[in-house]
Amino acid sequence: MVRKTFESEIQQVKDDVLILGSMVEKALLDSVEALKKRDIKAAEKLFVEDREINKKRFEIENHLMVLIATQQPMAHDLRLLASSMEIISELERMGDYAKGISNINIRMGDTPLLKPLIDVPRMAQKGVDMLHRSLTAFVNEDVETAKALPVEDDEVDALYNQIYRELMTFVIADPKTIERANWLLWVAHNLERFADRVTNICERTVFIVTGKMTEIKSTDDEFWEQRTHG
Amino acid sequence: MTTTNNSDSQYVMETHNLDIYYGSFKAVTNVNMKVERNKVTAIIGPSGCGKSTLLRAFNRMNELYAGTSIKGQVMFYGEDIYARDVDPVEVRYRIGMVFQKPNPFPKSIYENIAWTARIHGYKGKMDELVEGALRQAALWDEVKDKLHQSGLSLSGGQQQRLCIARAISIKPEVILMDEPASALDPIATLKIEELMQELKKDYTIVIVTHNMQQAARASDYTAMMMLSVEGERSGTVIEFDVTNRIFTNPRDRRTEDYVTGRFG
Repeated sequence: MVRKTFESEIQQVKDDVLILGSMVEKALLDSVEALKKRDIKAAEKLFVEDREINKKRFEIENHLMVLIATQQPMAHDLRLLASSMEIISELERMGDYAKGISNINIRMGDTPLLKPLIDVPRMAQKGVDMLHRSLTAFVNEDVETAKALPVEDDEVDALYNQIYRELMTFVIADPKTIERANWLLWVAHNLERFADRVTNICERTVFIVTGKMTEIKSTDDEFWEQRTHG
Repeated sequence: MTTTNNSDSQYVMETHNLDIYYGSFKAVTNVNMKVERNKVTAIIGPSGCGKSTLLRAFNRMNELYAGTSIKGQVMFYGEDIYARDVDPVEVRYRIGMVFQKPNPFPKSIYENIAWTARIHGYKGKMDELVEGALRQAALWDEVKDKLHQSGLSLSGGQQQRLCIARAISIKPEVILMDEPASALDPIATLKIEELMQELKKDYTIVIVTHNMQQAARASDYTAMMMLSVEGERSGTVIEFDVTNRIFTNPRDRRTEDYVTGRFG
C-alpha cells in the first residue's frame, strides 16, 4: 500500500467517530434513565459531561482539518473526510438532546412525573440502536444498511405520536397537568429529533461510497409530497 | 568527533546564528533551528532562497564548492561540526545525503551497497548488510532476483530508493534529502514519502522540497525560508513550527501567502 500512513490516519478518524458516537449513545440512555429515576444529581452530571462530547468533536474536527490541509485527499478520501466533518457535527447536536433531557429533569425539580415512563425509554432505545447501526454502516461503508435504516425512523415517529396522544388525554382530563405534560412532550420531542439525525448520517455514508448526494426519503416526506402535489 | 552520542538528547542538530557565504555574497542569514531526533524536518520556500545551501551546511557538503564559508555554528549532538579538529568526511559519514537526481554508481545493485560499506571499513556479513539496507529502503522485493544487474537498469524511483539504501547501509544518524522526489512520478514520490515515515523510526531526516504538498504530507516540522533581509538578497528562516500548524494556521503573513499559493 502506497499511502500506509494516510490510511492509518483515516482509520484513526473512523475510530474517533465511533468513540464520539458511543459517548452520545451513553449520554442519551443515561439522561432518560436519570429522568425515570428523577435523579437530579445524575442529570447535573450529564449536563457537565456534554462538554466532553463537544471537546471530542473539536478534537476530531481539528484532526480532519489537518488531514485535509496536509494530505491533499482526493475522490473517495475527500468525500470521507468532508462527510466525517458533517457526521461529527450531527453527533454533537445529538449529544445536545441528551443535555436537553437532563435540563428538563433539573427544571422539573420536585415535581413528580405525570406518569411512569414507558414509551420514552423505548424511543431512546430505538434511537440509540439506529445511531449505533448507522455508525457501523459508516465505518464499513455499507450502503445497503445506510439506505435501509432511515425507514425505521417511522417507528420512532409512531412512538412520538402515541406519547402525544396519551399526554393529551391527561391534559383534557385535568388541565392542571399541562405543565407536567408539556415537560414530557419536550422530552419526547428531543428523542424524535435525535432519531431524525440518524438519517443525515446515513445520507453521508451513501455519499462517501457513491459520490451522490441524495436525500433518503422517510414517510414524513411522502406525506408532505402528497399534500403539496395532490 | 566523539563516537558516542548523547542519546537522551531530543535534538540531533542545531544551528546557532548561521550565515552562509559564497565568496563575499551572503546567501543565508542568521538561521537558528533545531532538528528533532526521529522526526522529518522539511525546509520549504521559493526558488533561490537558500534551502539547498542551508541543507548542505548540515554536513559540510558546501565545502565541495569553492569559496563557500560560514559564520555561526552547526551543532551535531552539541558538537560544532565546523570545529578545526573535525574531519568533514566523518561528518558526512554520520550525516548522509540523498540528492535530487538519483545517482547510483555504475555498478550492480549489490555492489552499490557493498562497495560503499566496504570503503567505510565494514567487515561483517555482506549479504546480510545488503539485504537489510534494501529491505529498509523498501526495495528488496523488487530487486532480490536481480541483485547483480546494473543499478542503472532500475526505474527512477527504484534508483532513488537504491541511493537511500546506499546512504543507510553505513548507518548514518541523519539523512539529508535534497528534493529527493522532484525527478519522480507521483506514485514513486508517494513511495519515497512513505519510506521516510518508516526510516524516521531509526534515523532523523531533513528534507528540502519545492513541493509544498510533500512537506505537508511527509514532515513533522517545517522551516519556511524566504529572501527577507532588507537590502540584501539573502535567505533566512522566517517561521519554524510543527508542520500541522504551518499548513493550517501559520503565524507569519508571508508563510500564509506562500502556502496558500499567493506568493512565490
